[in-house]
Amino acid sequence: MAAAVVAPHPSGAACAMLQDGRWHFQHGPIDLVIGVDGSSDAVHAAIPGAWQRFTQILPELAGELAWLRRPAGQGTQAQCRVAARMLAACRPYAAQVFVTPMAAVAGSVADELIGFFSAQAGIERAYINNGGDIALHIGPDRAYRIGLFSDLGRVGHLPPGLDGAFEITAGMPVRGVATSGWRGRSFSMGIADSVTVLAADAAQADVAATLVANQVFVDHAAVRRAPADTLKDDTDLGSRLVTVDVGPLPRAAIDQALGFGAAYAQRLCDDGSIHGAVLMLQGSVRIVGIACGPDALESGPRPLTQFKAMEGRTSLSGMQRQKESHV
Amino acid sequence: MTEHTKVDHSSDNLDETMPSTPGPTVLEKSKPRSANMAANKVECNACPVLCQITEGRTGACDRWGNVEGVLTRIDPVILMRRPFGPPASPASRLEAEARAEGDVAVQEASAATGLVPETDLFVSGVGSGTTYPDYKPAPFIVASKADGVDMVTVVTEGIFSYCSFKVKIDTDRYLGPEQSNIRHKGEIVGHVTTAEYGSQMLSLGGVHHLTGGSKKEGRITCDVMMALGNKQAVELSIDGGAQLVVQAGKAPIVDGVEEKRMRVGCGSAAIGIFAKQWYGHTDEVVVVDDHITGVLTEHQAGRCLDIPLSGIKMKGRKSTPGRYFQVANPGNGWGGTDISDPLSIIEGFDPEVARPGLRLLITSTTGEHAEYYELDDSLQPQRKPMPAPLQKTVDRIGENCEPSLASVLFLGGAGGSLRAGVTENPIWLTNSIKKSLVNVTCGGAPAYIWAGGGITVMVDVMRMPDNSFGYVPTPAIVAPIEFSMRLSDYERLGGHVGDVQAIGDVLARANHRIIDWVDGASPWPIAGKPVLG
Repeated sequence: MAAAVVAPHPSGAACAMLQDGRWHFQHGPIDLVIGVDGSSDAVHAAIPGAWQRFTQILPELAGELAWLRRPAGQGTQAQCRVAARMLAACRPYAAQVFVTPMAAVAGSVADELIGFFSAQAGIERAYINNGGDIALHIGPDRAYRIGLFSDLGRVGHLPPGLDGAFEITAGMPVRGVATSGWRGRSFSMGIADSVTVLAADAAQADVAATLVANQVFVDHAAVRRAPADTLKDDTDLGSRLVTVDVGPLPRAAIDQALGFGAAYAQRLCDDGSIHGAVLMLQGSVRIVGIACGPDALESGPRPLTQFKAMEGRTSLSGMQRQKESHV
Repeated sequence: MTEHTKVDHSSDNLDETMPSTPGPTVLEKSKPRSANMAANKVECNACPVLCQITEGRTGACDRWGNVEGVLTRIDPVILMRRPFGPPASPASRLEAEARAEGDVAVQEASAATGLVPETDLFVSGVGSGTTYPDYKPAPFIVASKADGVDMVTVVTEGIFSYCSFKVKIDTDRYLGPEQSNIRHKGEIVGHVTTAEYGSQMLSLGGVHHLTGGSKKEGRITCDVMMALGNKQAVELSIDGGAQLVVQAGKAPIVDGVEEKRMRVGCGSAAIGIFAKQWYGHTDEVVVVDDHITGVLTEHQAGRCLDIPLSGIKMKGRKSTPGRYFQVANPGNGWGGTDISDPLSIIEGFDPEVARPGLRLLITSTTGEHAEYYELDDSLQPQRKPMPAPLQKTVDRIGENCEPSLASVLFLGGAGGSLRAGVTENPIWLTNSIKKSLVNVTCGGAPAYIWAGGGITVMVDVMRMPDNSFGYVPTPAIVAPIEFSMRLSDYERLGGHVGDVQAIGDVLARANHRIIDWVDGASPWPIAGKPVLG
């Protein structure tokens, strides 16, 4: 896939330019896909700085892993900038729910690097997609269309297409989009196929998506859960139950689970923590906040019935499948 | 006289032998051998996170895991999306439109999962994993349709002890004596085998080096094989011969010099090919070659065209008329010799035969070097501008010199226990392949099935996805293999029909990655016929 491969970095990080001009940075569990629009001089000026910084991030975080895996909110001092971003994004929630700074690791890494593109003259727009947690830079009068689609499990069986498309313009306060769900690489305590959150930056979107997804829950025989530490070593979730399988649910259960999640998302919108959210569970959808505004949702908000009609849509895109796990 | 009991293994009588004994309850995983072992962890040092991984789990990256106490790379199964097929489906149109608008998530998602119609996806064996013990169904038994017919592809990775890589190196350079050992890091990993036209051949790997020698020999051999299969460069040294760097699809490097072009043929062959095109435009042609230098007027081709002798007197050792060995030493000059002045291989012209004004073309076997001369009154060749018709023939020599490459073929025997992951009576699979009922591919690439017994496959690694090959510490090579057939045939050959799953299920459940079809020239494996020897 990789067209041009830059020599591997001594740290083990790898950098490649994909055939379509996007960049791929990878180091251990971190996978970034970076898309940049702008003059080629500007792009070539920005990439080396971002790459240089990228090679430092994982070693820095590895040094602070012990406390990053413990609940946020205790008076810990972050040593590196990414850890500080993680803590800042998670701390506001720590009083009410269990959350560790790891809930924002993917978004924080994306945020850390997007500045190399927003600061570079000649770059019109850029995104850094860290396994579904996306940081955006949008220049004046520019926009990004963010597509949502979910028929991962049913490729070829449905009238395929987007389940929703947001246009995020320069004038909107959104610079971060993140997705969480039980099918993703990181564990979820909830049963949502996906929760996509729009927020001021990727770190805030990341933690909010995780927490809203946790709230999408209903106690039902079709839901199988297991203690996180029986599935993965060194997980920050300890013995908390995480979802490992969700069988077909009755409509009432779906509505109830989405209702819990949507109510929580609405509260986060109301207090300004996030700007919008889209929740999906077994073909049903709830849209909250800015995401349901007529200006934001491409071709206007789709009637909920239309989503419901798409029977069998069971999960969100691969961006969430490859979602950054808790390191 | 003893009458042999004749056993008919053919698939004609499969119907009456439809099996299915009620079997024992099969555990997904074997019971831990001891409590201590189950608690064993390995530390992964692939990145700074340094995960401590419990047996059966993966680390934070999901790329590395603890497989039976050994740190193992866990790769996603690779699905391939074909670029051809039915005219733009709604999905691909939509994807194209989304791409045109620079749609972030759709781009990301389609790179990862893709809105691709099921009929355009092929689950390859790359990263599919293996199942052990063998009686378990292969990791993926995937349903699909072709022209309305239900098809099945059995997808697995094979663990090959009996396997090797045959490397064809396009060069006329002497690499070393046939049967010479080939070494990597001092260990013997293969040998030089019979040379072919324009190419030297190596045979690398194989069971005797993998498991028949020292542990180190096995490990180094495994490294070399995996690197070759994964299209990486490998340094080799031939006992009594050259130092090589070979990499599939790249020019070979012999003793530090990169090979550029294959010659059109030896000097004599070049005379044979182009004699008629030179006729009338020149009176003599010398094609300089380290192996056999050709002289047009003495050569059979010149005789047939009734071209009069020129009186040229060549250095070197005359073989048959118009063919000379050893006109110079080997080197990096004209035609693989060490000369830079072509006249240095000519002793002179016989005054009884030669005449002033005689036209002489000297060229190398690649057309990279060429000069035109005319004899002066004292029969000394004088350089002149090359006439256009002759330049055209020199250009044509160049045009016929293909780029010099190292080509790597994987050769492995799939006729063993891995067949049990396909069917409960392995011989039915073998026979069904021989009857063209089952197509065999390796990472989607067409596999040539060697005639005779077993399932001995041969495949060009360049047609396979990158990093298709892995290893197990035995040591043995892990290579992808797929068997595609009609569902009805799969039932007839005793397949694990209860384990057939839709591609959608693979997409939903398996750690996977979708890549583009690697080789546009490779036929779509589903509903294709095997390449039988």
